[in-house]
Amino acid sequence: MPISPSSMINQYKFEDEPELRDLFITVDDPESHITAIETFITYRVVTKTSRGEFDSSEYEVRRRYQDFLWLKNKLEEAHPTLIIPPLPEKFIMRGMVERFSDEFIETRRKALHKFLNRIADHPTLTFNEDFKIFLTAQAWELSSHKKQGPGLLSRMGQTVRAVASSVRGAVKNRPGMFTEMNDYMETFSQKINLLDKIAHRIYKEERDYFNEMKEYGPIHTLWSASEEDIADSLKGIASCIDRCCKATEKRMAGLSENLLPILHEYVLYSEILMGVLKRRDQIQAELDSKVDALANKKTEKDLFSEEIGKLEDKVERANNALKADWDRWKQNMQCDMRSTFTNVAENNLRFYEENDVAELVQILK
Amino acid sequence: MESAEPEPSGSRPEEEEEEEEEEDEEDEEEEEDEEEEDGALPPSEQPPAAMEDCLAKKMEITVSEAEKRTGRNAMNIQETYTAYLIETRAVESQSEGQCAPMDSLWRRYSEFELLRNYLSVTYPHIVVPPLPEKRADFVWHKLSADNMDPDFVERRRIGLENFLLRVASHPVLCQDKIFYSFLTQEGGWKEMVNETGFQLKADSRLKALNATFRVKNPDKRFTELKHYSDELQSVISHLLRVRARVADRLYGVYKVHGNYGRVFSEWSAIEKEMGDGLQSAGHHMDVYAASIDDILEEEEHYADQLKEYLFYAEALRAVCRKHELMQYDLEMAAQDLTSKKQQCEELATGTVRTFSLKGMTSKLFGQETPEQREAKIKVLEEQIQEGEEQLKSKNLEGRDFVKSAWADIERFKEQKNHDLKEALISYAVMQISMCKKIPSRVLVSPACSPLMALRILDSQGAAGKSHGLPVQHQDPPGAT
Repeated sequence: MPISPSSMINQYKFEDEPELRDLFITVDDPESHITAIETFITYRVVTKTSRGEFDSSEYEVRRRYQDFLWLKNKLEEAHPTLIIPPLPEKFIMRGMVERFSDEFIETRRKALHKFLNRIADHPTLTFNEDFKIFLTAQAWELSSHKKQGPGLLSRMGQTVRAVASSVRGAVKNRPGMFTEMNDYMETFSQKINLLDKIAHRIYKEERDYFNEMKEYGPIHTLWSASEEDIADSLKGIASCIDRCCKATEKRMAGLSENLLPILHEYVLYSEILMGVLKRRDQIQAELDSKVDALANKKTEKDLFSEEIGKLEDKVERANNALKADWDRWKQNMQCDMRSTFTNVAENNLRFYEENDVAELVQILK
Repeated sequence: MESAEPEPSGSRPEEEEEEEEEEDEEDEEEEEDEEEEDGALPPSEQPPAAMEDCLAKKMEITVSEAEKRTGRNAMNIQETYTAYLIETRAVESQSEGQCAPMDSLWRRYSEFELLRNYLSVTYPHIVVPPLPEKRADFVWHKLSADNMDPDFVERRRIGLENFLLRVASHPVLCQDKIFYSFLTQEGGWKEMVNETGFQLKADSRLKALNATFRVKNPDKRFTELKHYSDELQSVISHLLRVRARVADRLYGVYKVHGNYGRVFSEWSAIEKEMGDGLQSAGHHMDVYAASIDDILEEEEHYADQLKEYLFYAEALRAVCRKHELMQYDLEMAAQDLTSKKQQCEELATGTVRTFSLKGMTSKLFGQETPEQREAKIKVLEEQIQEGEEQLKSKNLEGRDFVKSAWADIERFKEQKNHDLKEALISYAVMQISMCKKIPSRVLVSPACSPLMALRILDSQGAAGKSHGLPVQHQDPPGAT
């Protein structure tokens, strides 16, 4: 069922002035495409907007996972110290989930939908040119656009440099704030990974419990067939157990629709944030190495100082961007956690309707 | 001669009810009466006592302790076993604020078994209360199947006490001397039991099995009862097996929630705004995870109640088997009598109605002399006379058995319905009061054990207990 952009307002509690949103995106309608070489899935991306920069107010395009991956890489290139939202993984290791199983596709679809919306809500990323093209270009237009821009080799070069600098350990002039962030992220990452594992374990235990309970209830009904006096009490208990099963099912749905995806997202986020911090360090390292080089060369000071000035600006911009984005991320994280846990708790509270309970009491007594 | 048919074992409505005699009150001056009772009715024919006179009303009985012992067994091999302390005290001695000390003695499980075997053989028409299981069965992974395990020993202690109370409340069984001595006489009890020679009266299993297959006209009610007890046994076994698995899973769910506790706590250390929320979330998770132990202990109690009736099914079957055996005996005796009468007739009239080896040999080797025939007829007539008397008394025995067995079965049915209904309802109520321990806002899935959902009854004031842990309205993490 396609989700209308307007219904999304209720789903996503982005506290960045939701009333002022002017870009609404949905991802739905997965379709399978079979060619001679490969089979892949495309998703429909519908955009509704009132922004002037867009030629039209409505767009509908089809995109495949590769396209999303491309977008993410472009955003990372353009904004190395901004926190780019997580993309669902290419492969799922946990459990033997079929690459094209309905469950997998649906999980991925939801994650892709979230990905685009998080970008749309980001104060900077939302105006990114590649983002606009992603949302509006027809398939062939996108392909040709992708081919432009820095080639494969230069992209590889960047990656190599990033790896090289990260190997060198903590940057010496790193401002305290970022060291704090680094320490925080290390612990956060560890904890969120643990929570993710625990939540999956609980889901599994609940499912096993549910399976046993499904067998438990009917035995009481079977027994009631050989009894007279206690038949009603037995049936009553069978009925209770059955409702209990339904409640367990509801809890499991709550877990798999809310808690597990959120925890997974934040596992990915923790990796992203560690990456962002490293890239910031890398930019700083560039500056530091130039400054060191200058200290050794008394001549050519002027030349260097201009370059250093530029690098200092770069570092400052990067730091500010990261700091702002970090604060925003923390706010969102707390908001997400609160709403997820509340949601799951609410699922657990309402087991029975009042009149069902009265009926059961009658039966048992 | 009239042919004596085995009387059908259905009871005759026109038979009069025996008058129930009020049995003399039994008190601790029992020994004086013993001489008088020699030559009195055998134990199985004592009329039942009225409710107020049951031993249970006059004597306090408990199995208060269990102790590990080592000793040498019958084969002189050192072994470890558990002994149970039985304490008794006459109820009257507690009036006016006085409290007489309790008498006590130690017994081990095998002695309980001996007592029960004695009762089963001596009162075959009674549904004899079962003992708690010999070995732990239907266990789920947390409990061990080891007989020395303290939890198992504790549950067995309770089961043994329950057994004694059931026997003491039974209108017939409570009057048994051997039972009374079991409770009060430490030394020489085993010898006393063996002297009754009850083992000789026990029917061999083979004989019983044979009877089950070959009996032609058992009372239909007993046949139905046997089917019922088979069904009961099968369904309760199945229930207990699945219940054990459910308990296992439930334990798993709760315990994994406990893992949340530590992680939330550690996470809270790095958060400023969310810190408090996470801390208390972690605390709740720990409390939640710990609450499973109490829940499962109560569930175990429910399982024990069901187990008792699982074993009762076997006792029911034993009574049915006894009936079948008696009926079969009767049918065999009648058949034997009929054939003897036929033989007699043949000899008297000289006609051979049925083929027999005798008939053939007489044809081949010549007839017997008249004197020989007379002698044979005389012997047969004596045997027939005896046979008819025996058949009569067997018939009477059979009818009496059916009558008294059915009376006890009716009593048992009422007891069963009452007990099981109570067990089912208290299972439900127990779950409700357990729910009160769980804070109303647990942050992530509290697993619902079978009837926990009835917690809403709670808000209607059903089981108003409060358990120390305050039901806070805790803001979930994220509240600033």
